[in-house]
Amino acid sequence: MENVRAESKASLHVNRTIVYIVCIALALLSILPFWIMFVNATRSTAEIQSGLSLLPSTHMKTNLDVLLSKSFDPLKGFLNSLIISGFSTLCAVYFSSLTAYALVAYNWKLRQAFFTFILLVMMIPAQASAIGFYKFMYQLHWTNSLLPLILPAIAAPAIVFFMRQYLLSMLSIEMVEAARIDGAGELYTFNRIVLPIMVPAIATQAIFAFVASWNNLFMPLILLTQKEKYTLPIMVSLLKGDIYKTEFGSIYMGLALTALPLFVIYFLLSRYIIAGVALGGVKE
Amino acid sequence: MRRKSVSYSRFGYMFSLPFILAFLVFSFYPVLYTAVIGFTDMKGVIPKPVHMLDNPFGNFTDLIMHNTSFRISLTNTALIWILNFIPQIGLALLLTAWFTNQRLKVRGQGAFKVLLYMPNIITASTIAVLFNSLFSYPMGPVNSLFESLGWIDAPVNFLQDKTTARGIVAFIQFWMWYGNTMIILIAGVMGINPALFEAAAIDGANGWQTFVRITLPSLKTIMLYTLITSMIGGLQLFDIPQLFLFGGPDDATLTTSVFIYGQAFKGSYMFNKAAAASMIMFAIAAVLSGLLFYLMRDRDAARLKKAQKRIDKAARAAARGL
Repeated sequence: MENVRAESKASLHVNRTIVYIVCIALALLSILPFWIMFVNATRSTAEIQSGLSLLPSTHMKTNLDVLLSKSFDPLKGFLNSLIISGFSTLCAVYFSSLTAYALVAYNWKLRQAFFTFILLVMMIPAQASAIGFYKFMYQLHWTNSLLPLILPAIAAPAIVFFMRQYLLSMLSIEMVEAARIDGAGELYTFNRIVLPIMVPAIATQAIFAFVASWNNLFMPLILLTQKEKYTLPIMVSLLKGDIYKTEFGSIYMGLALTALPLFVIYFLLSRYIIAGVALGGVKE
Repeated sequence: MRRKSVSYSRFGYMFSLPFILAFLVFSFYPVLYTAVIGFTDMKGVIPKPVHMLDNPFGNFTDLIMHNTSFRISLTNTALIWILNFIPQIGLALLLTAWFTNQRLKVRGQGAFKVLLYMPNIITASTIAVLFNSLFSYPMGPVNSLFESLGWIDAPVNFLQDKTTARGIVAFIQFWMWYGNTMIILIAGVMGINPALFEAAAIDGANGWQTFVRITLPSLKTIMLYTLITSMIGGLQLFDIPQLFLFGGPDDATLTTSVFIYGQAFKGSYMFNKAAAASMIMFAIAAVLSGLLFYLMRDRDAARLKKAQKRIDKAARAAARGL
């Protein structure tokens, strides 16, 4: 008996060692490409050509100067991305919450049909409507406008779905009734009583909506042709063009600049992001 | 109580209105428009009179029967998805088994989750260009690394080889998504009734038996959900192949989305061909969504009924209270 226990303890020890080796290797695999990106952003092209290094060098300023001397304006791209992502996130979370509230708090005839409809359209790929969308926006003279990248966020089926699940478990109808007795209008009740209850769900969904919009390449790429309207992901595609062909240090610098805001957001909010991912998957 | 539900029902419609309007204008109409363009001869940057084709399905039959690029793009999309999904779900399951194993008690799980999920949050465009630079030839980080490890004797031009290029795209997808899948699966395990695990432990099941007999069957729905959402996501794969090698070398990483983009916004601006390809893609996504919808349907109907009962009960209680 003693022997068996000692043996299983030993095998547990071995197993645990294997687990840690694999997990650390995977963690390194996650870090290494970005580490090289940030390090190479500080190295000269000659240094990058001469081999791999994991320690930063001193050419950050030169790389930045070369980068900015050619049509690459990360600040402009950052602002455009920020405007689009910010407003589309606001639209997405506010109107999705409102739609979810309509689905949960009111008893209307088409409610079930509408919910089924939302489930059905949840997965429509952007590419399925892209050509028609582009032609339509072209006729409205809305290409090179930020509006077609913001307004469609009002209809975000997946967020409605999530908000509805949340409201079903959190909304107490007594509270709404009490507000009615106090003479509050329905929209006022939603804005002042229901929205505050939903803040945790809104925060989670806002992070994901923001990141998704920030990282989106397809729609901005087909709609925006003027340089001063470019978002960061489009700017990244400029780095691959001919203008930076041999300026490796500047290319890495450009990549590092586009990724930096996301790293900051991620390390500040990683706890909520991981919890949000877990929550999103358990909608059964 | 009856009077109340009638008098407030109009707010249900009113509050859904912004969603419905935005959907009709920015999704429904463009999809219909795309479908119509698929039956016409619309092409070129300069607007010209557009005609319906004499053979309305001309664009579709052309694409499916004669366009090798389109067929290659469908094969590539499927191939890249399979190459990324099998290792992705495999590794995610393995890590889930480890992280939820009560006897192993892996420490630092929070930190591991944060690091393994990290690539998912970084802009795919940035990652595509980054990997392009990492694999550059003749001098690039990966070449230097492999040479110093002694894996290769001379620099390899990874990006010129079709199989390698496709493999790298699949690897990037795998690398960006396995952490996400792992977190979803772990959450699924957390949702399993602990009594099941206790019973298994009392019956003397070892870790592997518990995992195969209890954990895996309970995760079936979540794994199906992951499978189908990943398929729909894979179908739309654009940023990575577009910016990694523009679909090259020799169409090896040309996915359906890259094909659609190339048809409509490059070269001869064949909006009709791109629209027809979009519709084919839409049909595939619709079938997959239908499948997902079918899987999720029953549970939701049941839950809605339950919630309705609860609301009714609360309403009755409130009415009595008044």
